[in-house]
Parts: sequence; C-alpha cells; structure tokens
Amino acid sequence: MRPLTIAAGAASGGLDGHVLGTWVAAALTLAIFSFLYKDNPVYKLAEHIFIGVSAGYVVCLEYWNVFVPNLWNPLVSGGEFILVVPFALGLLLFTRFSPRAAWLSRWAIAAMVGSYAGFAVIGALQGDLIAQVRAAMIPVYSADAAASLGAAAGGNDYVFALLAVLQNPLTIIGLVTTLFYFFFSREHRGGLGMASRVGIWFLMISFGASFGYTVMSRVSLLIGRLHFLLSDWLGVIR
Amino acid sequence: MSAAGEREGMVRRLSHLDRRIIYLIVLICAAVPLVIGARVELSVGPPVRSLYDAVDSLPPGSYVYLAADYDPGSLPELYPMNVAFVEHLFSKDVKIIAASLWAPGPPLSQRVFDDIAPRYGKTYGEDYVNLGFKEGREAVMVSVAENLKGTFPEDYFGTPCGEIPMLDGINSLRDVSMIVNVSAGYPGIKEWVQQIATRFDIPVGGGVTAVSGPEMYPYIQSGQLVGLLAGMKGAGEYEQLLEKPGLGLAGMASQSSVHVAVIVFIGLANLFYFLDRRKGR
Repeated sequence: MRPLTIAAGAASGGLDGHVLGTWVAAALTLAIFSFLYKDNPVYKLAEHIFIGVSAGYVVCLEYWNVFVPNLWNPLVSGGEFILVVPFALGLLLFTRFSPRAAWLSRWAIAAMVGSYAGFAVIGALQGDLIAQVRAAMIPVYSADAAASLGAAAGGNDYVFALLAVLQNPLTIIGLVTTLFYFFFSREHRGGLGMASRVGIWFLMISFGASFGYTVMSRVSLLIGRLHFLLSDWLGVIR
Repeated sequence: MSAAGEREGMVRRLSHLDRRIIYLIVLICAAVPLVIGARVELSVGPPVRSLYDAVDSLPPGSYVYLAADYDPGSLPELYPMNVAFVEHLFSKDVKIIAASLWAPGPPLSQRVFDDIAPRYGKTYGEDYVNLGFKEGREAVMVSVAENLKGTFPEDYFGTPCGEIPMLDGINSLRDVSMIVNVSAGYPGIKEWVQQIATRFDIPVGGGVTAVSGPEMYPYIQSGQLVGLLAGMKGAGEYEQLLEKPGLGLAGMASQSSVHVAVIVFIGLANLFYFLDRRKGR
C-alpha cells in the first residue's frame, strides 16, 4: 500500500521532498499529540501552523478553482457580461468591513440564503419527507424475510435473516412510540405514557449507536495517524 | 492498614486515575495490533454486501461518477474506501468520472488513480478522468446531473472536457450507471440522495465516516441508497469482499482492541461509581 502521506513534494515524486514532508508531518503529529500530556507551546505552534496553512490553502484554491475559471475568465475573455451580477453581489459581501455600508452585504446574503433554501426545501421534500414516509409504510410481517430465515444455513446468515424478520415490527414499534414521545398535546400518562417510555428506549438505543459510531470514527483517526507514524515515518510496519 | 482500608484506597486511586494513563493504554491498544500485523475476520453486513453486488453487476464499459467529497481530515476512514471502489471498478472495466465538491478532494482522487491505474493498465482520459473541484454544493449536483460538460468545462489538469475521449457521448449524469460517493459530511451522500437519487432516479451508493453512518441507514431501508460503508469497518468489509486487504482491514484489529479497552473503562467507571455511592450511604 502506498503511504498515506499528504506531504509537500510527494505528489511530484521527489524523494527529498517526500522524506522532508514525512518528517514535517510526523513532527507536527507528535506536536499535536503532546497536548494529551498537557497544553504546551509546541502544541500551540502546530495548531497555529495548521490554521494558517489551511486558510492560505483554501484562499488559493478558491481563487484558482472558483474565481478565475467560473467568473474572471468567462467575464473577461468569454464576454459573458451577465456574470457582472454575481461579481457585484460578491463584492457587496466585503462591505461588512465598514459598519456604515454593511447593510449592502445583505443583498448578497439574501441571494445565497434564498437559493440554498430552495435547494434544501426541494431536497427535504423529495428526498426525506415523501420517500421516508413511503418507506415507513411497511407490513409488520415480511414473507420474504421469513422465507430467507427458513433458508438460512446458520451462523451469520441466520443472524442477519433473523434481524431481517424483526426489522419491520421493530421499525413500526420504534416509529410509533417515538412519535408518541414527541406528542405534547396530552400529558404522558396511562397508555400514552407507556408508549412514550418505550419511545425513550428506542431514542436511547439510537443515541447509543450514534455515540458508538462516533467513538469508532475517532479511534479510526488515531489509527490513521499511528499507521502513518509506524509505517511512513519509522518503517516499523509495511 | 486493614484489608478493607487497602481495598478502599485502591478503589479511590483507580476512580481518580490520571487521564493520561488512559490515553497511554488506548495508544498501546491501537499500536500493538498494527505492529504485530494482527488481523480480524469481519462479518460483512447487508449494506456493504448490497453495494458490492451493485458495483459488481455493472457491465464492462459502463460509466460511474465517483464523487470524492472528503478531505485529509477523514483520510483513515475514507481513503481505503476510495481505493477499494477504484480497485473494484477498474477490475470490472468500468469507466470512472471522478469529481469533488470538497476542495481537497481532487488530489486525493488523483493519488488513488496514480496508485492503481497502472496495475490495471488504465489510461487517463480513456478509462478514467478527474474533473476536479467545483464550488456550489447542491447547485453543482443538479447542474452536473443536467449538463456535465457545462458544469465541468475542464478537467483537473485544465484539459477541455470536449477533448477527453471517454467523455464523448456523456452529457449528464443520466448517462452514467451509478454514482459512488465517498462522503465526509456536507455536501455529501445525503445531498446526493436528496437532490439526485430521488429526483433523477440514478442509483447512489457509497461510504461515509462512522459518525455519519447512523444518519444514513434510513436511506438504505427506503431504497434511496443501494448500499453503504460506514467508517473503517465498512471499508474493511468491502476490502474483505474484494480480497484486497488495505488500511481498512489492517486497522480493524486495532479498532477492536481499543473498543475492548473502552468497554472495560466504562465497566470499571460504573463499578467505582457504585462502590463510591455505597460508601457514601
């Protein structure tokens, strides 16, 4: 497997650049890890380098990948004069630096908020609301899943088939009881109280699953850095 | 000191354990399996299996739009997925159109291509292309679904898309068989589902960081996603199916040992909490 180093010079294939980049990346990784012992100037230095480099990288990238090809070149070389409108709106954003003229930036922000709200509404309606409500209208008993359970050989296949049989009833119970939990027009007593308590259990299980996945994600980041240090830098693993 | 006093002292010391000792134990649990090359056998779940089957069933010569919407911050989880997808697609002789809605995405995609394409004898511009980064999030998704070359007039290297042989006859996402997304967040797989899968009826599948996994599973049940890899485990499962071990599988032994350590810590913390409470009574 090729090293995962995203280091200066690596892309050009230059050996010196790659080695230097690996050492710089390793030093910065250890500098960040030093925070685990306690806050210190080396950590602060690495943090400031990261923020500075990231900001500079994004500015350059946006300039060359967005501003020049999408606006400047079509406007100046291509004669697409309609682009004066977004250019002017973009310039208006910089009026926020002046308190007296800051109100002008609202025009650009309004255009952005309006367009993205439009996209978000369409996406939420088409992709979430309608599709998810339709997907929730399922039979309690799935004959296909039951047939798969009967045909399962055993081991993991059997477990997955069993889960498939339980999926529909659990989905329906979880959906209904969780909705009951968020039904605030009546006091949660009696049958409603019991249903909402079951809903809380479903919510807790989903929070637990989310937290477990978050732990897994953070551990993956640690493993990625350790893999880099042990393979690319120290060469302990291949 | 009496035995009860000694036990109480030990419980007090352990319940106020220096957090740096916990960090050290986690570090050891993560590092040792990597150093000794430990491997774990993963059970492949249905979301990973269905994505693998969907990619595997693509006919040779068909096109896939590979949206690399991630950055180096999620490299350990998503880079192995990107590698596994490209390996699988190249092995099936599927043509890949890569692009990104995340600024750092294109160099990562190109890195994967540079590593893998020579092994499969694939040529840039004929078998795969990297269209680079485009700002605009959902607007770009919809735009590329309607007019690919209008949205990306040039590729990552500045070559006009009209001069790239493999893009002849490819005018929009309606001309591709599937969208495979490697997603670190917004904009990512959720937006591809919301804006494209449902509206343009194009199959979408892909991989996400483990943090985003639970949020995406409802889209599998609804059929809006053909399959999903969640985190390093998802990458490892896909690598196992592909029989090409990479960082996903290599990291899972470390992942498992850290999980065991975390479970033990949670158990001990609860034990000490109840012992402390009983003492308080």
